[in-house]
Amino acid sequence: MNYLRKALVFGITVLLMGSSSYGKDISKEQVKGLDEQVQEIKGDALSISAELAKLEEKLLYPSNTEVSVFVSVKTGETFRLDSVDIQVDGKPVTHHVYTLKELEALRKGGVQKIYTGNLRTGDHDLDVQVSGKTSGGSDFQRSGHFTLSKDVAPKIVEVSFASESITFKDR
Amino acid sequence: MKRKALLSIIHIFLAASALAGTTEPRDRKDLYFGEALYHAYQGEWFDAVSKLDTEIALHYHVDEPEKDTLHYHINEAKFDVGDFELYYRMHQRAGRAIKAVIEGNVEDSVRNEAIYRLARIFFQKDQPENAERTVERIKGAVPEKVRPELSFLRANIDMALGKNAEAARVLHDLQGEKSLEGFSSYNLGIALIRDGKESEGRRSLDRAGQLNSNDAAQLAIKDKANLVLGEKLLSERNYDSAKEVLDRVSLTGPFTNRALLGSGWADASRDRFRSALVPWTILSEGSVTDPEVEEAMLAVPYAYGRLGVYSKAAVLYGKALEAFGREIDKLGASLTSIREGKFLAALVREEIKQDPNWVVKLRELPETPETFYLLDLMASHDFQESLKNYLDLEEIRKKLGIWSDDLAAFNDIIGKRKAYYQPLLPEIDKEFRRLDSKMRLRLEQRDRIERRLKAMLTAPHPEYLQTKDERVIGEQIALMERKLKAGGNSVPKDSEARIKRLRGLLRFNIYTEYDRRLTEAHKHLLDLNNEIDRLKKQYASFVRTRQAATQSYEGYDERIRAMRSRVTATREKVGELMRRQGEMLETMAEKELVRRRTRLSEYQTKARFSMADSYERATRAETHEQVRK
Repeated sequence: MNYLRKALVFGITVLLMGSSSYGKDISKEQVKGLDEQVQEIKGDALSISAELAKLEEKLLYPSNTEVSVFVSVKTGETFRLDSVDIQVDGKPVTHHVYTLKELEALRKGGVQKIYTGNLRTGDHDLDVQVSGKTSGGSDFQRSGHFTLSKDVAPKIVEVSFASESITFKDR
Repeated sequence: MKRKALLSIIHIFLAASALAGTTEPRDRKDLYFGEALYHAYQGEWFDAVSKLDTEIALHYHVDEPEKDTLHYHINEAKFDVGDFELYYRMHQRAGRAIKAVIEGNVEDSVRNEAIYRLARIFFQKDQPENAERTVERIKGAVPEKVRPELSFLRANIDMALGKNAEAARVLHDLQGEKSLEGFSSYNLGIALIRDGKESEGRRSLDRAGQLNSNDAAQLAIKDKANLVLGEKLLSERNYDSAKEVLDRVSLTGPFTNRALLGSGWADASRDRFRSALVPWTILSEGSVTDPEVEEAMLAVPYAYGRLGVYSKAAVLYGKALEAFGREIDKLGASLTSIREGKFLAALVREEIKQDPNWVVKLRELPETPETFYLLDLMASHDFQESLKNYLDLEEIRKKLGIWSDDLAAFNDIIGKRKAYYQPLLPEIDKEFRRLDSKMRLRLEQRDRIERRLKAMLTAPHPEYLQTKDERVIGEQIALMERKLKAGGNSVPKDSEARIKRLRGLLRFNIYTEYDRRLTEAHKHLLDLNNEIDRLKKQYASFVRTRQAATQSYEGYDERIRAMRSRVTATREKVGELMRRQGEMLETMAEKELVRRRTRLSEYQTKARFSMADSYERATRAETHEQVRK
């Protein structure tokens, strides 16, 4: 049964090596060379994405009408955010249901750009409805109202959620 | 090769520490930075890099960057974008970004943190010499938060360059560092052993192997330490200690199978086959795709044979033979699938990517020979990196498809806007020009009035403020006077006196009312100014709207055409790279599966012989028993 012992030693050697070899057909240089080309193409894609974002903003959301709403969760909050509904001037403009990953990202301090649209200059009603579960497990729904004053510059509003309140901030 | 083993462990740590290093944005002033982090926390590295890169670029283009909200976190943002790029495996770009920080006008602490990060990139890319040269540039203050990690990196670089004594010295000082617990002891153990200080090194590995932690990375290093130490003891035939150490390895970690196999051998080598059966039996019930499980499937009947239970051994060899046969068939099916090109198609299946444990789940999916061995293939760093690249390329390919559609949609929008606005605009412009000239006239009048009123403050002109009636009366008086004087006639005395009286009265009123009228005229001018302001706002609003109408469809054609050709060219490049990367993956997978099949064929042969031998021994034993009876 020496082959078993040999196999065992071989196995442990593989473990110590941390990686196995795929023979001479694929060299390290080939892997590295291709990896560098992939990195380059990622750079190209990022550059196209940035250019396209600029074009999209100019074309679809000119600054004199652009309005963006960002949402965040206050530090230390443990409630579960299930969904957010946003209305502008009484009309629903967006509805978002959160995945666990998204909720976790918000809890860690990430900020979600939930809505971008166009509004004429002047005052507008912004209504936000939140539903979720408290840390105790009971369902909750909360709503908040904000008067959004749009002028010629792009308008940004941050909506911050806590288990007891919704806070609006002009940014 | 040892260097690779070390690197793989260090990578576990560095990845964990880099993730922990991503800043927790409490009281973040810049929402767009927060948005980039929102994507980063979800592992959406493309979006995270894209958003943060754009925000940093915008920050440097504003007139007064110090008034921009990103100003408060700019260094943090630059480090984070570097980290995101590393996660997105863009080491070159991350390196360039960090070099820019190093060469910029920044404080020592910021520069030194950047140097540390750059050295880490070099080290991760298996360039310890460059990493060493980089850390040597550190001078002055080092931020508290990276000090232990920097020392750990220095030690790892030393180890990678064979300077084990130096590494051990640094690692000694890190033993009390909580965040590096386990990692520093493990590396110290390895460095000492390599430096010839065997017993000290083993003590350090033993310490790492008894770590008390709930952290997944620390538990992995704990298991690794026990496995390395246990294997060392096993190879030195110190079976008691080997067994004790190997049994410390957790039953649910990445090193479990090797530890169970080794633990069984520690017993078997002391002829404790009954004890050896415990770990080996557990192991033999695992997935037959694991090499250790395959070994255990032969080790269990071997132990039964050594215990004299030949019939059981023969049956188990038979079962192993069957299992190996099925596995060989499966490997054959996988190889056929790969050769038919199904492997790459399966790798990019959407439903697989939705689940973080998708690679593990692939094994549970029926009818997927093409990906059945993916988890095993991913044990190789090169395969893993190639697979990630392939998936990243697939993501880019999809994005490029969407962008291409977006550009077509933009063209549609532009076309519709042009069709709507173009016929309307000439009429609107005509009307606007008419109103514009009227407005200009009124503005000139207002300016003239203002100039006059201002002049009247220093040189009074009461006649300027006479009312319309007074002007008419004045003209009527003048007309009457002209009529009376017509034909050279002299004006009758009484008429002349009346005319004078009337003119006098008129003049009296105009002069005595002057101050009041001047005040009122100023009030009216103020009212007029308010109206003019309103008019100007309307005018500006109209001009903006008018401009927006033109800008909504003019000047995009060239830009969109250029974008479209960039997207097309990039799509072609991505297609070519995917083909090459795919071929590489297929070759790697094929070679690995062929290697496995060869090994299993050898196992099959051994099992077949051992089974025959066990049957023979069982028959002989039975005959012997019957004779004895």
